Amino acid sequence: MKAQYLKNVATLRYDAAKCIGCGRCAEVCPHAVFAVEDRLARVVDRDRCMECGACALNCPTGAIAVHAGVGCAGAILLGMITGKEPSCGGPERREDGASGASCC
Amino acid sequence: MPPATVRKLSGTLGPLPPNPAMGSAKEKWVVGILGEGPSAVPRVSTHLRAADRFGTWKSRWTLGRDDYAVLPGLYAVGSPDRTSPVLVTANYKMTFDAVRKELAGVDAWLLVLDTKGVNVWCAAGKGTFGTKELVRRVDAVGLARRVSHRTLVLPQLGAVGVAAHETARATGFRVEYGPVHAEDLPAWLAAGRVATPAMRRVRFDVRDRLALAPAELVFTFKPALIALGAMFLLNVAGLGFYGLVDLYALAGALFVGCVLAPLLLPLLPGRMFALKGAELGLIWAVAVCLLNGWPDAPTLAWPKALAYLLVLPALAGFLTMNFTGSTTYTSPSGVNREMRRSLPAMVVAAALGVLLLLGDGVAALFAR
Repeated sequence: MKAQYLKNVATLRYDAAKCIGCGRCAEVCPHAVFAVEDRLARVVDRDRCMECGACALNCPTGAIAVHAGVGCAGAILLGMITGKEPSCGGPERREDGASGASCC
Repeated sequence: MPPATVRKLSGTLGPLPPNPAMGSAKEKWVVGILGEGPSAVPRVSTHLRAADRFGTWKSRWTLGRDDYAVLPGLYAVGSPDRTSPVLVTANYKMTFDAVRKELAGVDAWLLVLDTKGVNVWCAAGKGTFGTKELVRRVDAVGLARRVSHRTLVLPQLGAVGVAAHETARATGFRVEYGPVHAEDLPAWLAAGRVATPAMRRVRFDVRDRLALAPAELVFTFKPALIALGAMFLLNVAGLGFYGLVDLYALAGALFVGCVLAPLLLPLLPGRMFALKGAELGLIWAVAVCLLNGWPDAPTLAWPKALAYLLVLPALAGFLTMNFTGSTTYTSPSGVNREMRRSLPAMVVAAALGVLLLLGDGVAALFAR
């Protein structure tokens, strides 16, 4: 897939000094942002990062940090209005009888 | 990093806990029961029936999709034994169906997490497809006593909510991430559980984008009805002169923002979704003017033509921007930046356009 979103915005941070070369980041990233060569991870293309947070969550040494969240205008707009952290609808909302996720 | 200490599962003695999935025993997609008593597991069909496909279709149109779930717990595909792989998935019925239909001829266990009827990726984002629920579910079905190996196969997108190393520490089960798409499961299993680079990438082709169009239209329907209602009320009050042209101009912009721009997404110039949508919206606005005699014999007064040129691109751009929530590649930081840049322009254009559209009514008011 060629589709690319805005450049130079991703909050992905990677500290190679902490990398043990386990390869989890490359395994979980759905956009092939990481590659592992000689037991060391490398960021191949950070502009492909969608900030889903899978790499950071699965890095056993905490070498990766990213401000993860939903890349959804509706959710962010709602977050701006309500002053809360943007999120899709979902179980939390459904429990008070409101509708479920509008996007995902 | 200290070596992971493997905690022993609770409940390793006594009878197996009851499997909540057995509550599904009467479902049409259950083709038998494996084992008896507390060890009983429903065996699911790998064939989708018309009712399953209808359920998927309804969910695509958002009908009943908030309540489209299967019971969590352990299911069987084929005739699994203690050495068979354990595939973990979500309890959204569309997801459950997408997985089982790919498993013809495979013997496996299906461990279904309680994701409140939400698909794997979104549930992982919310944390319901997460380490906590996975650990709890592995324990609740007594998995360590049902299989001899210590490996869980998770969908790759579940990694957004599951930390593999923490799961291993808490359950003794190693996490292996399978392909992103269920349809790649047979090839992945056949290749000795090795993913090709393509299996690790999330796709978003025309087919995927088209599947989302019904839901986009449904979510836009309510605000569109409100706009039409407002136009009708202005007409009745004698302050509006809205007719067929306004109706199709609005409907066209909605179609552009919900269907056409998402479909043509990679072909439209620019990176910002709002820009992509506004481009098509502008083309549509020009088309509406041409359809009404512009430039030679306009049947549309210039304030109205100008209003369309402002409102329709803004509307289409806004709707296309909302499609970021449905894509598989937009980051929150990116959407944030896009909104800060494009929202002011869209609001100003829309406001000026609406003022021009109301202008006729205001003039009528003064003429009285």
